[in-house]
Amino acid sequence: MNINTEDKGKYTVIGLEGEVDLSCSPDARESILNVLDEDKNLLVDLAKVSYIDSSGVASLVEGYQTAKKQSLKFGLVGVSDAAMSVLKLARLDQVFPIFDSLEDYEKQSS
Amino acid sequence: MMETLFEIQFPAKAERLCLIRDLVKRTAEEAGCCSELSDRIVLAVNEACMNVIQHAYQGDELGVIILEMLNNDGKLHFRLVDYAKPIDLALVKPRDLDDLRPRGLGTHFINEIMDECDMGHLEEGKGNYLEMIKKIS
Repeated sequence: MNINTEDKGKYTVIGLEGEVDLSCSPDARESILNVLDEDKNLLVDLAKVSYIDSSGVASLVEGYQTAKKQSLKFGLVGVSDAAMSVLKLARLDQVFPIFDSLEDYEKQSS
Repeated sequence: MMETLFEIQFPAKAERLCLIRDLVKRTAEEAGCCSELSDRIVLAVNEACMNVIQHAYQGDELGVIILEMLNNDGKLHFRLVDYAKPIDLALVKPRDLDDLRPRGLGTHFINEIMDECDMGHLEEGKGNYLEMIKKIS
């Protein structure tokens, strides 16, 4: 799994790439919580995620809950089919704010 | 007729899960599963292995897992065995999805995907087993 973090000013984007499983989900969790520690709104880009298991999903849930406690925005963007099928199985597609693209997020946030 | 598709013993390490996923996916597709079904089966087997790594062995990487995959006339059988301390079976339950917590999704995934699940202790408290069955035709 690769993790790319990009500061967009009003928000930060963390892009996860590849397989997000137990061997690397602690790294994803740390990256997510680090951004939220800096009081930044966060979007997690899942467009290039080819596989995600419950440990990866747990990192997203923790990020979502942490952001909510800190009154920060948290969302998912460009969710791949592989990731979406797992989110749907957990019925989290109805919980996370999900955006098609960064443009979609910016349009809805303005 | 029950046909053994593979039996593999591997260390209870998260880094090995990728290998197991590849093996299960390829074997499920060879047994006739479409890509979507094999992906779901892979998720369930991965979660079962994760449960062993995290909860049975509790991170002890010296532990081993045995995974057997069989085909019984259109029903795929998965049997996982570990030699960790017997787990408290009462604690293995899916979480309520309305209760949003980071943990506890793995058992929900397994129950949603598989048609039958049975878990228990090996004789003389030598470990645990989990059997999962998925009908594919």
